[in-house]
Amino acid sequence: MFSFCADPASLGDLAWMACYLTTGKHMAIYTSVFTVLLLLAITAPTALAFGFIGASSARSHFPPLSWIGKAYIAVVRGVPDIAFFLFFVIALDQLFEWIRHEIKCPDWTDSIWQGNDFVVCDIAKLPLGNAPQWVHETYGFMLAVLTFAIVFGAFAANVLYGAMRAVPHNQLETAEAYGMSRRQVYWRILVPQMWVFALPGLSNLWMVLIKATPLLFLLGVEDIVYWARELGGAKTARFTDYPHGDWRMWYFLALLVFYLLFTRVSEIVLDKVMRKLTHGQATLAGEAQRKAA
Amino acid sequence: MKSILLGTAALAITASVAFAGSHSVVRMGTEGAYPPYNFINDSGEVDGFERELGDELCARAELTCEWVTNEWDSIIPNLVSGNYDVIIAGMSITAERDEVIDFTQNYTQPDPSSYLALEGADVDFEGGVIAAQANTIEAAFIASSGATLVEFATPDETVAAVRNGEADAVLADDAYLRPIADENADLVLLDRQELIGGGVGMGLRESDTELKDKFNAAIQSMKDDGSLNALLAKWEIGPGF
Repeated sequence: MFSFCADPASLGDLAWMACYLTTGKHMAIYTSVFTVLLLLAITAPTALAFGFIGASSARSHFPPLSWIGKAYIAVVRGVPDIAFFLFFVIALDQLFEWIRHEIKCPDWTDSIWQGNDFVVCDIAKLPLGNAPQWVHETYGFMLAVLTFAIVFGAFAANVLYGAMRAVPHNQLETAEAYGMSRRQVYWRILVPQMWVFALPGLSNLWMVLIKATPLLFLLGVEDIVYWARELGGAKTARFTDYPHGDWRMWYFLALLVFYLLFTRVSEIVLDKVMRKLTHGQATLAGEAQRKAA
Repeated sequence: MKSILLGTAALAITASVAFAGSHSVVRMGTEGAYPPYNFINDSGEVDGFERELGDELCARAELTCEWVTNEWDSIIPNLVSGNYDVIIAGMSITAERDEVIDFTQNYTQPDPSSYLALEGADVDFEGGVIAAQANTIEAAFIASSGATLVEFATPDETVAAVRNGEADAVLADDAYLRPIADENADLVLLDRQELIGGGVGMGLRESDTELKDKFNAAIQSMKDDGSLNALLAKWEIGPGF
């Protein structure tokens, strides 16, 4: 990157370090930090939406809808994450390809399972075999977001379901007594009040989600932990201009600091949100705020 | 939700109209952590013996190739489910793997596997603790030899295990261990070697016979004109053909 980097072996420690930390390979780890942040930024609201839909349908008065909601919460929460991530993504990808295959290649006579191979016609591949690499990477990333959203959505649904039930029942009865319809009670009374009960559980989930991002590598997305392991491993001079011993400890130390800082910042922000939500609520903390004011 | 579905459908249709045709791009899957066979170089790209070989084979077979990296552990499942078309990752041809995927003819001679240990260590080959990368021929060999096998996901970790005393020695391809032994005074190659495996070949889906034939022809032409031997010598991988 810098002009003096042409011959790293001749450099002093500081200049060597500056060159080393700006190689193309290191740029990849810096980019992957943004991949992780982007994943969190997209996954968190999506998972919350999944959770909200799951919790609402679990509470539904229409039995089949409520069964679906409850089954979603129970099944996804019960399956180990790693099994889910390993199996589900390949299955999901194959499901999409199979649907496209049925639509686009109705004349196909061979089975899609040929021995061990999963074979669909070329134009049904997702993404297409000849698509550029970034399309493949984006597709993999979107699959990752979807998988994370489904898993964390189930946990969020459980939290929201509990929070909805924690809203004092007399609030809802009063609303009905005022002549509100069931829909109005739900959107105007229940939903605004439930967040204060949901937030401790949701903030917990957020922390777990931050720490679960290394699972990205199982989904074929190269995240910071992958790059830390790759960059930190011992390198011999034959294959790199920057030979070094086993530096994984330092890379993982940097990751530790990154994750700790990130969770600390999250905690501070979540505390602020909690204070805001508590304001004016009929809870112990809300009461304390009222007295202090 | 509806607009997302419609959007993807529209995208999918336009995309499939734009390009059709089988294997206009061949995706080459590799591990990127096993020098000199394949590794990620300083600028973050796939490099090594197999990069040069693969590019040359693609040129000879008149294919457009693209390189992707995948973890070693899931490299076969991802090939079978079609995420890439070829495995070119220093994978030895074995009977077990051949049941699941197909191999081209070998492009290296069977490379002896060597033991790397700490200087002055007394390694017990029958009762000691030997490290190897998971799902390799070396791991299978140790598992049946009587020594205690400790497996790691990446080759780099197997060497680290010897350094920190977790294993007495590591068994891996000679071409991988030799540069490490050369550059580290505390590590030495032992005299004993194991002859396992049937050489390294490219792995393909069993249903993909057309592509296999193309690569077989290209490898043969590189063997015939000696360019494969030149590559093997350049990257110091075992004897030539």
